[in-house]
Amino acid sequence: MIGYALKRFLGALPTLFIIISVAFFMMRAAPGGPFDAARKLPPEIERNVKAAYNLDKPLIVQYGIYLGRLAHGDLGPSFKNKDFSVAQLIGMGLPVSMRLGLLAMALAIGLGVSLGIWAALRQNHWQDYSVMTVAMFGITIPTFVTAPLLTLIFGVYGVHIFGLELTLPVGGWNGGAVRNMILPVIVLSLPQIAIIARLTRGSMIEVLRSNYIRTARAKGLSANAVVLRHALRAALLPLVSYLGPAVAGILTGSLIVEQIFGVPGIGRYFIQAALNRDYTLVMGVVICYAALIVLLNFIADMIYGLLDPRVRLS
Amino acid sequence: MSPAGGRKAEALERAFAGRSLWADARVRLFRNKAAVGGMVVLAAVTLLALFAPLVSRYAYDAIDYSVVTCAPDWWPAEAACNAGGTHWFGTDTVGRDLFIRILYGARVSLAVGFVATLVSLVIGVLYGATAGYVGGRVDALMMRAVDILYSLPFIFFVIILMVMFDRNFYLLFVAIGAVVWLTMARIVRGQTLSAKQKEYIEAARSAGVSPFGIIARHIIPNVVGPVVVYVTLTVPDVILIESLLSFLGLGIQEPLTSWGVLIADGANTMEAAPWMLIFPALFMAVTLFAFNFIGDGLRDALDPREH
Repeated sequence: MIGYALKRFLGALPTLFIIISVAFFMMRAAPGGPFDAARKLPPEIERNVKAAYNLDKPLIVQYGIYLGRLAHGDLGPSFKNKDFSVAQLIGMGLPVSMRLGLLAMALAIGLGVSLGIWAALRQNHWQDYSVMTVAMFGITIPTFVTAPLLTLIFGVYGVHIFGLELTLPVGGWNGGAVRNMILPVIVLSLPQIAIIARLTRGSMIEVLRSNYIRTARAKGLSANAVVLRHALRAALLPLVSYLGPAVAGILTGSLIVEQIFGVPGIGRYFIQAALNRDYTLVMGVVICYAALIVLLNFIADMIYGLLDPRVRLS
Repeated sequence: MSPAGGRKAEALERAFAGRSLWADARVRLFRNKAAVGGMVVLAAVTLLALFAPLVSRYAYDAIDYSVVTCAPDWWPAEAACNAGGTHWFGTDTVGRDLFIRILYGARVSLAVGFVATLVSLVIGVLYGATAGYVGGRVDALMMRAVDILYSLPFIFFVIILMVMFDRNFYLLFVAIGAVVWLTMARIVRGQTLSAKQKEYIEAARSAGVSPFGIIARHIIPNVVGPVVVYVTLTVPDVILIESLLSFLGLGIQEPLTSWGVLIADGANTMEAAPWMLIFPALFMAVTLFAFNFIGDGLRDALDPREH
C-alpha cells in the first residue's frame, strides 16, 4: 500500500513538471510583455527593470532560474501588483477560492448522492423522472448562464416566500458573509449536483440488482439497512473516481463565478494576470491548480483502493 | 387465410426480412421523441442562422441611437422605452437589433462547434486508430501521452493560447479542437482494440475475407457508432468552451458576436434590460438541449446491447 502510494506520487511529479514547462513557454511565446504600459518607459530604465527581473537573459536561462527558485518554494514577485509576491497574492486568494469550492463540493456531494439514491429507489416513477430532468438541466446549462439568471431572480427582482422578502446581494464578497456566498456556491455546485446524482443513480440501480443485495433482503434486513449498509458502499465507488474531474470542473467554474460575483479568489487573478502578461502570477496560479488536481486524483486513487478490495494495488 | 393470420405472416416476414444495423438504428432514433424534437430545433436554429440576413430587416452591426436599450413591444414589464414593432427581441445598449445579433451569434457558435469538432475528430480518429491498430508498445506510449495531457487543467491553456495569439478568430477553432480530441482518441482506440479481437473478425478471417474487407465491413461499422455519438456530444461542449472564452472577453471581438458575448453583455445590463440576458441565454440553452437529446437518442439507437 505504502509502496503503491509512493509510486503513484512519484508518477505525478513528471505530470506537474510538464504542466509547469508548457505553461512557462506558452506564456513567454505571447507577444507583448509585462512592462508594455501605455506610457513607454525610457530605454535605459526599461533595460534596468528587465535586468532586475532577469527578463533580459535568454529564455532557457530564465526557465532554469524559475525552476531553481520554484524548487525552493519561491514563486517570485508579481510583475503587475507592485510590492506583492505571487505567494502573497495566492495566499490572499486561495482561502477565498477554497472556501467557495469546498462548500460547493460538500453541497454537490450531499445533495447529489441523496437525489441519486432517491431516484434509483423510485426507478421509473415520477420521482426518478423529475430528478433526472432537473439533472439534465444542471448538466446542459452552463455556469455563465445560470449565474446571471439566478442573480436576476434572487438579486434584482428578489423572491417573496411566506411573506419573507429574500433578496440576495448581486455581487461582492463582503469579507465572506453568508449572504454573499449563497449564490456563488449554488451556481458552482449545480452542474456537479446533476452529474453526481446521475452517477449515483446509475451505479445504485446496478448494485441493487446484484446477488448479495438479494441475500441481504432474503435474510430479512430492513429496506434502510439494505440500502445504507450494503448497497451504498458499493454504489459510491464510481463517485470516488469522479472526484478528480469534479474538482477540475469546480475550478473551471470558479473562473466564471468569481468573475461574475466579484469574488476576490485566485480564478479572478488568473484572468487578469493572463491579460496583463503577469508571467509569474499566471504560473503561480497554474501550478496551484495543477497541484490541486494531481493531489485530488492521487487521493481518489488511494480511497478507491481502500474501499474496493477487488482493486489490486500493485 | 383469415385476416389475423395474414397479419401474422406479414409480421413474421418483416421480422425475418433482415435490416441493416443502420436501418435498425434509424428506426429506433426516429421513435425517440426527444431526439426528433432535438433535430427539429437544431434544424430550425441552423436555418435561421444561415439565412439570418433574409429573416430580419436589420443589419447585425447597424447602430441606431434612437432606440438605445429598448424593450420589445410585447415586453410584459415596465421598460424605459419600447423599440417598435420590428425589433422582436428589443435592442442592445447601442440600439442594435437583438434578434439579428442572436442569429449572428448562432452562426459563430455553431461554426466554431462544427469546425472544432471536425478538427478533434480528425486528430482523435487518426491517433486512436493508429494506437489501437498497431498495439503493443506504441499503443502504451501513445496512450500514456494522452493520460498526461488529460490531467492538465486545459481551460487555462486555452486562455493562455487566446491571450498569446491576441484573440485570433481562426486560432479559436484550432485551440478548442486541440483540447477536445483526447476523449475521441481514447474512444476510437478502445473500440478498435476490442473490435480487433472479436470472434466475428476471426470468423471473417477464417472465411477468407481480405484484411481490407475486414476493416471496411466489420471494424469501421463497429467503431463509427460510438464516434458518432461522441461527436454529437462534443459539439455542445465546444460551443460551451467558445462561449466561456467569449464571456470572459477572450473570444470573438466586436462587432461580430457569439452567444457568450451576448450573455456577458446581458449579464452586465440585466437590471435595466433583462431581455438582453434572457433571449441569448434561452437560445443557447435550447440549442444545447437539442444536441444532448440527439446525442442520447443516437446512443440508445446505435448501441444494440441496450436492446
